[in-house]
Amino acid sequence: MQYIKRIWIKNIRPNFTLYLMALPAILALIVFAYVPMFGLIMAFQNLNIRKGIFASDFVGFSNFKFLFTTTDAWVITRNTVCYNVVFILLNMFFAVLLALLLNEMRGKKLAKVLQTVFIMPHFLSMAVVSIIVFSILSPTNGLLNVILDSLGYPKHSWYMEPKYWPFILVIVNAWKNVGYSAVVYLASITSIPMEHYEAAIIDGANRRQQAWYITFPHLKVMMSIMLILSVGGIFRGDFGLFYTVPQNTGTLFPVTDVIDTYIYRSLMTLNNVGMATAAGLYQSVVGFVLVMITNKIIEKVSPDNAMF
Amino acid sequence: MSAKNKFNQISTGWNFTISLLLIIISLFILLPMILVAIISVSSAESIALNGYTFFPSEYSLRAYENLLKTGTQIKNSYIITIFYTVVGTVMSLFVVSMFAFVLSQKRFPARKAMTYFAFFTMLFSGGLVPSYILNVRYLHINDTIWIFLLPGLVSAYHVIILRTFFQTSIPDSLFDVARIDGANDFTVYWRIVLPLSKAGLATIGLFNVVGRWNNWFTGMLYIENPKLIPLQTMLQKIQKNIEFIKMNADFADSAMGFEYLRSIPTESTRMAITIIATIPILFAYPFFQRYFIKGLTIGSVKG
Repeated sequence: MQYIKRIWIKNIRPNFTLYLMALPAILALIVFAYVPMFGLIMAFQNLNIRKGIFASDFVGFSNFKFLFTTTDAWVITRNTVCYNVVFILLNMFFAVLLALLLNEMRGKKLAKVLQTVFIMPHFLSMAVVSIIVFSILSPTNGLLNVILDSLGYPKHSWYMEPKYWPFILVIVNAWKNVGYSAVVYLASITSIPMEHYEAAIIDGANRRQQAWYITFPHLKVMMSIMLILSVGGIFRGDFGLFYTVPQNTGTLFPVTDVIDTYIYRSLMTLNNVGMATAAGLYQSVVGFVLVMITNKIIEKVSPDNAMF
Repeated sequence: MSAKNKFNQISTGWNFTISLLLIIISLFILLPMILVAIISVSSAESIALNGYTFFPSEYSLRAYENLLKTGTQIKNSYIITIFYTVVGTVMSLFVVSMFAFVLSQKRFPARKAMTYFAFFTMLFSGGLVPSYILNVRYLHINDTIWIFLLPGLVSAYHVIILRTFFQTSIPDSLFDVARIDGANDFTVYWRIVLPLSKAGLATIGLFNVVGRWNNWFTGMLYIENPKLIPLQTMLQKIQKNIEFIKMNADFADSAMGFEYLRSIPTESTRMAITIIATIPILFAYPFFQRYFIKGLTIGSVKG
């Protein structure tokens, strides 16, 4: 009792207003972020709606067994991871390249206009993007088929042919995200102190050497942060991209289905709550472990670049 | 932009090449969007004849006329989207900035604990299913306006960005002066910190507005009531229904299917809806570009 009184007097009362001000946010986080974490227990249950979470039976890992013994598990994991690896590497490469090029341009006004254009797709919702893609790939009227037709080639039913979709999705993802990343990298380039460049110029370095020995190493800080954040999400697919752009077409699932779309279908169509939760838990745990590992690696390699 | 002196520029030749290359790339980025705009003003006949092209044989504002006359659903969606974007952003800015302020105060004893408490949510989450069950079965906020306002109230990412902003842009001396004059913490926050933080608030506000305006998933997952369907969800539903009809030929041939088909907007109308759903954000963005970029760089500074 004395202990609690002491805490009240020394800790809480002097800072009462601050605690009060922090309360809404803490409550929101508890209810909408932490309570669902405890809800992950459903992955180990055979959920009966009437009994609710607290009274349903525990079934151990059988939801996970169900998830992993289907061939689906392999397909969706492979899709999710492979797409993410390609997205991360490709986008980073082109974004850095674009940022360096934009930085070298002499026409600064033009560079600003270009920046605005590059970042525009980022502000479109995936629903809009899927319609843009549709206007190009529509089997009847799509631009691509119109062009093919006028050149004498046969029209394709793009939404029915899985083999093109890895390319389509990679291109769409790059279209939407590379510009944004490039602008972020560019912003970090502008924060490099002039003295570094001046010293290099005195030593006789030309622009190309400056870019390689000064600009690029500074960019590496930003790149490693982006990399850590991306790696944590490697088991998460961009639901918007993989659900709306292929229009949820079943024929394309072998190449467009990712863990997130699978979970969504398991929940909404099949009503298999246990398995959907298990898949979500699998995602979150793997993502968390990966972020920790990546951070540890970067810590060892160049300590300043690590996140925590 | 880093100001390099005139003697340290790349050669004119390289400059020309690079500029040209970047202009071509920017065209690739713009063209798909322009295509949609052009389709929205192409006549139905032109589309039937030539398909989608940059040069339709005939222009027509029919699609937009249709929308104005019969677009009750669009008006509803527009209203609800504007409402929850604005209200949601204001609510979130208030709660998040207050929290970030608290976390920026060095003398706050629970500072480290609360920061980690928030940060952890960036690393781990319960995923879709527990949140869905929580919102639908226990909180019953599905199919209400609250589903748009409450779950997205606090983003740890935004908290960290604002906290860093407060720590770096506001000198400690200001706080001491205010406290000597007897201001309590909330007054300091409200009267001193907030007015000085317009840039940071603008950035986070922008993140909020864009995210909420473009959010189609929440509506798709939780909303049945037509009055509450957001713009982007409406777009997505229209596309989905059309695909459904195409996949199910029998349905399309039946009387019910035929009626359904007739009620679905024509191709140019769909494009017109797309344009209308996107224009506000696209136009607003160039004005706020520098806030956006500033926010991104602040956020990446090690927290």
